[in-house]
Amino acid sequence: MSPAALGKDLVGLEGLTADQIRLILDTAEPFKEVSERPIKKVPALRGKTIVNLFFEASTRTRISFEFAEKRLSADTVNVAVAGSSVDKGETLVDTARNLEAMRIDMVVIRHGSSGAAQFLGERIRSNVINAGDGTHEHPTQGLLDLLTLRDCFGKLEGLKVAICGDVLHSRVARSNIWGLLKLGAEVGVCGPATLIPRELAELGVTTLPRIEDAIAWADALNVLRLQLERMHAGFIPSMREYNRVFGVSLERLERAPKELVILHPGPMNRGVEIDSDVADGPHSVILPQVTNGVAVRMAVLYLLAGGGPDWRAPMAGGGDDR
Amino acid sequence: MSDLLIRGGRVIDPSRQTDGLADVLVHEGRVEAVGRNIPVPPGAAIIEAAGKVVAPGFVDVHVHFREPGFEHAETIATGATSAVAGGFTAVCAMPNTDPVIDSAATVGFVVRQSIRAGKARVFPIGAVSVGQRGEQLTEFGEMVEAGAVAVSDDGKPVVSSHLMRTALEYAKTFGIPVADHCEDMSLAHGGAMHEGVVSVRLGLKGIPSAAEEIMVARDIILAELTGGHVHLCHMSTRGSVELIRRAKEKGLRVTAEATPHHFTLTHHRCEGYDTDAKMNPPLREEADREAIRQGLRDGTIDCIATDHAPHHYDAKEREFDQAPNGIVGLETALGLGIRELVSTGLLTLPELIARMSTIPARVFRLPGGTLAVGAPADLVVFDPDRRWEVRKDQLHSRSANSPFAGEVLTGQAETTVVGGKVAFQRPPDRLLDA
Repeated sequence: MSPAALGKDLVGLEGLTADQIRLILDTAEPFKEVSERPIKKVPALRGKTIVNLFFEASTRTRISFEFAEKRLSADTVNVAVAGSSVDKGETLVDTARNLEAMRIDMVVIRHGSSGAAQFLGERIRSNVINAGDGTHEHPTQGLLDLLTLRDCFGKLEGLKVAICGDVLHSRVARSNIWGLLKLGAEVGVCGPATLIPRELAELGVTTLPRIEDAIAWADALNVLRLQLERMHAGFIPSMREYNRVFGVSLERLERAPKELVILHPGPMNRGVEIDSDVADGPHSVILPQVTNGVAVRMAVLYLLAGGGPDWRAPMAGGGDDR
Repeated sequence: MSDLLIRGGRVIDPSRQTDGLADVLVHEGRVEAVGRNIPVPPGAAIIEAAGKVVAPGFVDVHVHFREPGFEHAETIATGATSAVAGGFTAVCAMPNTDPVIDSAATVGFVVRQSIRAGKARVFPIGAVSVGQRGEQLTEFGEMVEAGAVAVSDDGKPVVSSHLMRTALEYAKTFGIPVADHCEDMSLAHGGAMHEGVVSVRLGLKGIPSAAEEIMVARDIILAELTGGHVHLCHMSTRGSVELIRRAKEKGLRVTAEATPHHFTLTHHRCEGYDTDAKMNPPLREEADREAIRQGLRDGTIDCIATDHAPHHYDAKEREFDQAPNGIVGLETALGLGIRELVSTGLLTLPELIARMSTIPARVFRLPGGTLAVGAPADLVVFDPDRRWEVRKDQLHSRSANSPFAGEVLTGQAETTVVGGKVAFQRPPDRLLDA
């Protein structure tokens, strides 16, 4: 498969084929090693300019993208919305046109509105990578979860993964659902009925009413962050009750028929959706997820930029690339 | 004003249940005669209608013309021009402008702008509550005297059941309907599209069908309590159709409208985040679309209304959840009605015309909807077979926010006559064969 087969943009995993997802995961494998080198840099995207356009606060995803870009030798600019022209009322389409006018190559966008990445991608020639749009998708998070699960289990076909928590408002959940289903895994969702869309059954997703059901069914749990505002909006009565009924605790995991793998996209609410002894315990692959995040994002950037066979070559020439 | 003879067309007049080849003679703005081989009066203008349909002009009881306040999107003049281009001779303009049409003075402004435009007749709908704030009743009597034909807080529901009750009771004095936008705001809050599998996939907050149906049920109950006439705007769900069907079986004074987009499209049209598919009520599911069609067939839904809602392209060119609701509809209504309802065998052409002219005129007690001798000569000549492509740059509205751009429709108005005057004549180069 040629790298161009990924298309111009990455807006979500729903629009990708299984082969395209496998291509990204396979491309990420050798990139893992780059981050283990003393000089963490390859010349794959040398001369490319990338804008990281974050309309929402983000620490992990923004830093992960920035490392991925820098380790591929791209020139990067970070735009935070506070203090930018967006703060002065500029529309997304005008922001897009101005970026385009500066002849950039790629945009990584995080935005509060579902569909914002696609909107941008349809209006500029540069590649657009969705770093999370509203409650729609967060494809690179989905990909790093897939890579982490593949590392743990060797394959994804037939694997049972339960996504636990606020599925209704989660872009991580949607990207996981599409990625897992396309690669042949079984997907369950578990959480309060107020936060689990009924229509997921139409996509082939199993609803598991209680966390005990999810633990008994699954090979791995992907535990979502529960946001405090869900309580204020009336979806759940209290964080305390949420932990009592849906929290992933060591006690519950010990009753599982098999050893589970626990993922969490972060940032965690310790003592709410996940107990500390689980997050820090042997089941957890939360930090390997973060490590894989850089490799997966390097793969996506590399493939969208058109790829090239020679990225492994050591940095040639002098200058500050060395 | 010279006489006008429309010659040799298929004259369909649902008000008299007639359908056959005939000439229509217009004299001094009124229908003078309908019959075979009417001699040409001296000096009369002639419209050759052979192969065409001649019908009472269409009547749309639900449009938004944005004037005063949002003239960059539409004015009464541009809206009325769009109306006649679609074959409409009368429209009812919703009051959610800035300022709100909630007094005799503002109603009078709409009437004057309508007369000045000289296109379709624009009948004002006054607000139910002052400023559409849902608190104090407006002066229905004075607004009716100034020309208002109904009251509505459209764009918003009448939230207070007490206010809706008093509006229905008070409106009885003036013989006008209270038109309600049925939406339980606490259920619909923040929603950008129909709640269903598509909203789940797109990650957009959904508006459940229940948000509409709860208010439909309430309004029906209040119609029964008061004996007032409630008109339910833009019905979109199968549950609403069922509630109205039962209300009509009980003989309650409940009427309802549905839009061409709700009998044509489903929520799948929102895929890709096309803001031209964003409206309120939202596009629903296939079963809802089918129920609306059946409701139009059996009369549960009385009439077709467009909910013509122009928006400047800047307003629609943005994130889906941030974009305003609504689409333009006047120029695509006939072509959709024929393509979706007549070509499919759900309605006969005379039945479609009835739901677009005679019945809405009757429901809102407007002149028009008939070619009876002595009636105002408001009529349309259209080619029911013409296939044409919707092009944004060829719409007459000031806005072009249509989800049907690029689609081929069947049937298009060619000549629209209002009060005996030709208010629209499609130039030959606009007769684009698809």
